[in-house]
Amino acid sequence: MEKSLVALALILSPPAFAAENPVLESYRGAAKQESPAFKDFSAARGQMFYHAKSGELSCASCHTESPKAEGKHAVTGKEILPLAPSANAGRFGDPAKVEKWFKRNCNEVLKRACTAQEKGDFMSYVLSVK
Amino acid sequence: MKIAFNLLLALTLAPWVALADSGNKYGGENRGKPLQPAKASARWQEECAGCHIAYAPGLLPAASWRKVMASLDKHFGADASLSEAENEDITAFLVNNASNRWSAKSAPLRITESAWFKAKHGAREIAPGVWKRPAIKSPANCQACHAGAAKADFNERRIKIPE
Repeated sequence: MEKSLVALALILSPPAFAAENPVLESYRGAAKQESPAFKDFSAARGQMFYHAKSGELSCASCHTESPKAEGKHAVTGKEILPLAPSANAGRFGDPAKVEKWFKRNCNEVLKRACTAQEKGDFMSYVLSVK
Repeated sequence: MKIAFNLLLALTLAPWVALADSGNKYGGENRGKPLQPAKASARWQEECAGCHIAYAPGLLPAASWRKVMASLDKHFGADASLSEAENEDITAFLVNNASNRWSAKSAPLRITESAWFKAKHGAREIAPGVWKRPAIKSPANCQACHAGAAKADFNERRIKIPE
C-alpha cells in the first residue's frame, strides 16, 4: 500500500522544470562538462538573469517583462513573438535555432558568450512560465 | 547633307543616350530591375525577416551583399551571425539577384547611402523632420511609407507617409 502511494505520488508530481525538453537536456550535459561543481539548473536564477541589466540592456529590453508577451526589436521595431512555449508553441524545439539566438543575444547584451549554466537557467525559467 | 549629318550624329549618340538611361543613371548606383525574383529564397526570408524586413536583393549591388554577409557578427550594431551553411546559401541568393543596373565601383553597406535612394528621397520631397516621426523613426524603416516593402513593392502610387 505504502509503495503504491509513493508510485502514485511520483506519477502525479509535476516534472521538475520541464526536464523533458531535449535542448535543455543537452545544455545539462554541456554544463556538467563545463564545471564539475554543476548541480542543476534553476528557474529562479534564470528569472534573475532574464531581468538583470548589463549596461543598458537586459533580455527583458526586447522580450518585455514577461516571456509570455510579444516583444519589439529595440532598433527596428519589428515584433518579436513570445518566448515562452506556453504562449508560442514553436519555441525551444530546434537546438540550432536556440543556440543561434543565444550566441547573438548574449553577445549583444553581455558582450560575451553565455555559459551552459546560464542558458539552462534561462530556459528553465522561460519553460516554467505558464 | 545636313540630314545625313544629323542621322550620323543621332546614330553616334544613341548608345550614350541609352547608357545614360540605364547603366549610368544615378552615377551608376541604380537599383535593379526586377528588385526581387518571383521565387525568393525561403531561408533568406526567414533569417533576414527575423529582425527587419528582408530587404530585396536588387536594392544593392553584389559587392555590397558580400560585404554585409561577411560582417554579420557586427551588423549595424547587432550580432546577426549565421551558421556557415546558412550564410553561403543566403549570400548566393543575394549575389545572384543583386542590382543588375549598378555600374559604379561603389558598394555601400547601407541601402540609404546609394545614389538612387538619395535621389528618390531628397529633402525637397521629404522634409528632414518627416524621418523623425514616431511611426517612421529611420530611413531604414521602408514599410512605414511603402506598405508593400517586404514584398519589394515600392510603387510610387502606393506611398503613404504617416503623420
